[in-house]
Amino acid sequence: MNIDITAPYQTRVRQALADDNLRTALERAMSRLSEKRAQAVAAIDLQRMRDEARAIKEHAIKNLPELLEQLERNLIANGCQVHWAQTADEANEIVTDIARQRGVRRAVKSKSMATEEIHLNEALEDAGVKIVETDLGEYIIQLAGEPPSHITAPVIHKRAEDISALFQRELGMRPTNDPAEMCAAARKQLRSEFLEAEMGISGCNFAIAETGTICIVTNEGNGRMATSMPPVYVAVMGIEKVVPRVEDALLLWQAVARSATGQEVTVYFSVSSGPRRPGHPDGPKEMHVVLVDNGRSRILEREYADVLLCVRCGACLNACPVYREIGGHAYGKTAYSGPIGAVITPLLADDPKTAKELPFASSLCGVCREVCPVKIDLPRLLLDLRHDLTKLGTPPKYERAAIRAYSNTVEHPGRYHRLSKLARWFSRFLPTNKEGDLTRLPPPLSAWTQSRVLPRIAPRSFRALWSDRGGKDMGSSNDG
Amino acid sequence: MTRSNSDRKRPRVAMFVTCMVDTLYPGVGMAAVELLERHGADVVFPENQTCCGQPAFNAGYRDEARRMARHFLDLFGPLVDKGEVDAIVAPSGSCVAMVKHFYEVLFEGPGHNNEQRLVALVSEVTYELTQYLVDVLGVQDVDAEYGGTITYHPCCHLLRELEVDSQPRQLLASIKGAEIVDLPAEQECCGFGGLFAIKNAGISTAMGQRKVESILQSGADAVAVGDVSCMTQMNGLLKKMGHGGRVVHVAELLNGSTPRTPERQ
Repeated sequence: MNIDITAPYQTRVRQALADDNLRTALERAMSRLSEKRAQAVAAIDLQRMRDEARAIKEHAIKNLPELLEQLERNLIANGCQVHWAQTADEANEIVTDIARQRGVRRAVKSKSMATEEIHLNEALEDAGVKIVETDLGEYIIQLAGEPPSHITAPVIHKRAEDISALFQRELGMRPTNDPAEMCAAARKQLRSEFLEAEMGISGCNFAIAETGTICIVTNEGNGRMATSMPPVYVAVMGIEKVVPRVEDALLLWQAVARSATGQEVTVYFSVSSGPRRPGHPDGPKEMHVVLVDNGRSRILEREYADVLLCVRCGACLNACPVYREIGGHAYGKTAYSGPIGAVITPLLADDPKTAKELPFASSLCGVCREVCPVKIDLPRLLLDLRHDLTKLGTPPKYERAAIRAYSNTVEHPGRYHRLSKLARWFSRFLPTNKEGDLTRLPPPLSAWTQSRVLPRIAPRSFRALWSDRGGKDMGSSNDG
Repeated sequence: MTRSNSDRKRPRVAMFVTCMVDTLYPGVGMAAVELLERHGADVVFPENQTCCGQPAFNAGYRDEARRMARHFLDLFGPLVDKGEVDAIVAPSGSCVAMVKHFYEVLFEGPGHNNEQRLVALVSEVTYELTQYLVDVLGVQDVDAEYGGTITYHPCCHLLRELEVDSQPRQLLASIKGAEIVDLPAEQECCGFGGLFAIKNAGISTAMGQRKVESILQSGADAVAVGDVSCMTQMNGLLKKMGHGGRVVHVAELLNGSTPRTPERQ
């Protein structure tokens, strides 16, 4: 990873754009994922699936308090212990306390964005617990000491060659680029971790209120092992993950699988409805569910409730032309990148200004909205956040001054004509190429001409050509 | 109140030429006017028009955008209201999307009753050029010629905000002598994005360079687009990279006003 996620935004972007290996890795993976998604959604009535998926999530978010209470009741009835965390720190304290009280030294974890969001690994390590990621992608980046760069494909920023080099260094694997061989090397290491772990941690894709069930979807089966082998199992979930019924979870499962990886369903769908009961041959002795708010209620209270519909499939990342150029690490110290990350990162932050550049990192092309399985209007949310941020005064002062001057001009046609004339006159003094295009503009427009030319203001405007032609004005009186 | 819509034999169109076409590409505006006239519309040009306010809106400056939108509504609203024009047509997908979809965002909530009425009135009859030609005037054949290969890049706002895609393609296909070729990864954004092109110039350029590669791969002599802003991005890169600016507005091709080798313009 050649990106310093704590560096300023422009530095991160520069580092990403200069990283050819990153862009090769993204190119390979993203085109494959997008193609597979396109095939998977072409096989079904996509609009119907999106409508149904959205209706389920909308209903759940509208009835969040009631559903969460129902979920809690049923989890407790199933023998689970339920914990509520208002903040990331509270959630981390809850999990580290559970570990400390039971003398846990080793824990295994299934892939979870909620735990990335709250930085649970750091908290557990500080408490003296060794935590091992068991999802292959997460395992790789943990070995590399890097954060995930994608919601569903955490290691998307690495080429097979990079992973091979890492495994040779860290696991003593022989040189190979064969994914199966690399996977086998990781599997061997992970097997002993599963057997030795005293605690298993997972996220949650769907929590079913009517049955008190935590569902996780994986392709490797590591999730099942992490949630059933260790004596203590802790599920960490954002409060927006609750759905009313079993069939809701099943429909969303397909929506996630088709959108994320182009599968009809994922290989595993692991459900946990409480700890081992008398007569059960296996399963955890204790099961805890940590319900994390961490800014979600605040989002609900504002006009951004739509982002809570997100099922974390990553389809908007895979389709995003901006993400493809810079990858996830350029979005900074956040679990969420791409279009959904650009919206949710400033919303989850205590101070949205800490991610003030992200809503502007979009050309508003709209492809994210097109692929979203729950039809989140991401461009609209980006526009709303831009409005919030400009109100907070985050863009440079000259920008506001320029926009204000422009709107003052546009409101008054006379001023607008004079400005056009002035610009035409002024552009005569700017350097051009032999075709007459402007090649060098003063800052901040120099950012354009560094890579592009710009046509000069036309010698005669449209309105001048129109009046030459004797064309009609507004037709307000002479309509003949 | 002047003559009502139904009294007129030919529909009357108010041209919203857009600020970029007015100042940078007046030829595109004239081509649009000629096309509309040739295919059965009378065109008027409300001379006090300026800018729809999209640059300010997209950058997050809603107060400023609202003032610009109000200017647009004050000018075009009464024309529609009094039946002096039947439609407002612009040679731009993104400016039309601004009027049709985002003006209502600017005037949400109480205290904007008059604007909300005007927005509803105006957005109902505002069309992108090819949309109007095909969907309203029923044009199928534009009677133009072009001796070369043409490809089409669907600009994002036209494609995804207005869902206008078949109309320009159908009209381009009717150009005599032209061969239509595919543009690889045609639905990918060119990277313009308004102020994004300045604020995130590096990303914008990288996106645009991919588009340039697709254009070169297509081998097309002309790349037709429905937005001059995207055209500026693509030609700006093509020219800087020494490939010649071969991106043209669809109106110029449909009007037969594009030279055989646009890069020598």
